[in-house]
Amino acid sequence: MPKLDFSAYDTKGFYDEMFDENNNIRPNYQLFAERLQSMSQKKLNTLQHATDRAQLSFGMTFNVYNDNQGIERILHLDIIPRIIANNEWNHLEKGLQQRIKALNLFIQDIYNDQNVFKDKIIPKEMILSSVSYLKELVGFKPPKDIWCHITGSDLIKGGDGKYYVLEDNLRCPSGVSYMLENREILKRTFPELFEKLDVKPVYNYTHTLRDTLESLVDIDKPTVAVMTPGMYNSAYFEHSYLAQQMGAELVEGRDLIVKNDIVYMITTNGLKRVDVIYRRVDDDFIDPEVFNKKSLLGTPGLFRAYLKGNVVLVNAPGTGVVDDKAVYAYIPRIIKYYMGEDMILPNVKTYICDEADDCKYVIENIHNLVVKQTDASGGYGMLIGPKSTKKEQQEFIAKIKNKPRNYIAQPMINLSRVPTIADNTIEGRHVDLRPYALYGDDIKIIPGALTRVALKKGSIVVNSSQGGGSKDTWVLNS
Amino acid sequence: MLGRVANTIYWMNRYLERAENYARFMDVNYNLSLELPPNEVEQWQPLVLITGDWKLYESLYPNVEKSKVIQFLTFDKDNPNSIFNCILNSRENARAVRAEITKEVWEQINALYYLIKNAAAKKNYSDKELRRLFTDIKNGCQLVYGMYYATISRNEGWHFAKLGQVIERADKTSRVLDAKYHLLLKSPKLIGSSLDLIQWAALLKSVSAFDMYRKKNGKLTSSGIAEFLILDKEFPRSILACLLSAERCLITLSGSSVGFSNNAQRQLGVLKSQLEYADINDIIANGMHEYLDNIQLKLNDISSAIYNSFFSVEPYVQNQSQSQVQ
Repeated sequence: MPKLDFSAYDTKGFYDEMFDENNNIRPNYQLFAERLQSMSQKKLNTLQHATDRAQLSFGMTFNVYNDNQGIERILHLDIIPRIIANNEWNHLEKGLQQRIKALNLFIQDIYNDQNVFKDKIIPKEMILSSVSYLKELVGFKPPKDIWCHITGSDLIKGGDGKYYVLEDNLRCPSGVSYMLENREILKRTFPELFEKLDVKPVYNYTHTLRDTLESLVDIDKPTVAVMTPGMYNSAYFEHSYLAQQMGAELVEGRDLIVKNDIVYMITTNGLKRVDVIYRRVDDDFIDPEVFNKKSLLGTPGLFRAYLKGNVVLVNAPGTGVVDDKAVYAYIPRIIKYYMGEDMILPNVKTYICDEADDCKYVIENIHNLVVKQTDASGGYGMLIGPKSTKKEQQEFIAKIKNKPRNYIAQPMINLSRVPTIADNTIEGRHVDLRPYALYGDDIKIIPGALTRVALKKGSIVVNSSQGGGSKDTWVLNS
Repeated sequence: MLGRVANTIYWMNRYLERAENYARFMDVNYNLSLELPPNEVEQWQPLVLITGDWKLYESLYPNVEKSKVIQFLTFDKDNPNSIFNCILNSRENARAVRAEITKEVWEQINALYYLIKNAAAKKNYSDKELRRLFTDIKNGCQLVYGMYYATISRNEGWHFAKLGQVIERADKTSRVLDAKYHLLLKSPKLIGSSLDLIQWAALLKSVSAFDMYRKKNGKLTSSGIAEFLILDKEFPRSILACLLSAERCLITLSGSSVGFSNNAQRQLGVLKSQLEYADINDIIANGMHEYLDNIQLKLNDISSAIYNSFFSVEPYVQNQSQSQVQ
């Protein structure tokens, strides 16, 4: 059986996580590469097929549902992991802790003292005009002054081999269940490597999450619930997985009822008070009394109970302001302002179409830029300049001119690549990185991440809704 | 436990039990057709009659024949009670209560789903392959019960699951027995004939009761078999044994063993007592078909009462709107 051979592997033009520019294997991948080279392509394909089957049998599917016989897809897990050296991770960890701490102070400030506006760090109008800014929260402080308990920022590595933060996800960052299940599967796929490589464990994420949630209330054995929009939501697997792993209740809006500003769940023995809710329902839908009137996903009165301090909502409502891509451009200044420090993890250079000079530049250089709608996510509302047609560019220019506040642009970044199994061979595919942070008594970054990979050759769109897959992420201890 | 979750667990198990019983019905009819004397017409219509879905069948198929009945009861997506839909529903319910069951139980229900999904996609089955499928479904269901038994705490959820299973099982055993009413004998003279006994034995086998019946009664007689399947206290698929099991669940869930503390407990207690003191000769003399029909109606009422007593959100929602009016 011919052994795997990397002589045809192409790294040209991109930063590759496994090979350096001279096609030598990087130190963090040394042992893994030896393992790979000890097997044939056929054996590797067999391992990959076993993984696909395991994902189905675990029910690790996300739904593309119209009715109860709709389509179920697995988030394809490519078994070649992304391996991150210890020193690289330490740098990421410090950078994320700094960033999250600053963002939390920023959110508290914009709903309370608003010093950041007074000191002219960020235009007041930009924040107040964000659809995610909830005026209902002005003057409110959440328990322990923590707003963003759970963060899943997206990072990328550029051609220079440096990490950049691409965006922050503070609303309902998803994917952590895939990080955990991917690890379970890879431990079965390459058991001997885990022993040799000293990979940092991720298994205690759900314990830490539960501790974080419990730390927010001074109640002995509080009732903790995960709130889901329901089983037809595409992330339902994750909601139920987290509830189960934490031993929390998995509730839908209709399972809850608010009486005298206290939240209860409806049980077989009557009503039971709920203390902490990790809600995976967006702000807009949590309470039809205050937000979207037509929403059937939420619970009437939930927001009232929250404002009275009778229940903790995680993440706090209103944190979505930071996810606004227009705010992103100001984050270096925000960090400097609140922390008095320079940003450890840089942002990608961002042009704000709402500012005249930037807007002019964007329109003139649109063919070289990635344009993003500020309130969109999931890879939607985007123009990838170098891969777009003249007509698409003109359409975007019209949209930008019509509502500049809604658009930002960034230079095209050459996302780094990791070897990935593709049609009986191994090729480099672009990846990003989503580590998960929990903010309770302190900020913990779980030593692992969801690496999303663009499975289509040449593609840089890694979102699962757009044909992306995932990889396990190994952080090495030494 | 959340009322919605309890209801979902209850139905997850009812659907699973239903799927298993349908596979049993089918398998036994195969068995029966093989044991019939030559020239005897195979009878597939009773199978549809006992499921209570005859009207639906008639609207979908022009005539009764083996392959159509099998299609209707096994794979038909338009039949809400086909094995395919029962397993699909059971799995959807399991998915909705993923946080309440173990990984083992979930994975086994999931495996069962892929079994029937792949089977439904296949065309043209031989008899041998179909019987193999029914065996696989029965075994697959038994595996879930085994996983359930071995990995789930005896908490509220357990009792709701058990309740769903035994209520469904009582209903299906009554329907199996009722099948004998629809299995036509050409003349009353044939009562007690070898053909008659073959049919009775087939019924016993369909609920895996043949061995246990033999052990207890030895000789096959129609009244003995009816008594065994309706009134035996020890055989786990007899109607009375199911009701006794359901009663134990309701006592735990309601917190009282004397009298009743909700309508479900009361209705179930009444039906159970009725069977406890029943005599099989009276049942036969007054018409077994009518007797079984009545049991099925009562079981439906009990299921509704369980819903109203434990799962319904109505009382709380009404309270709230009242307090808002004040």
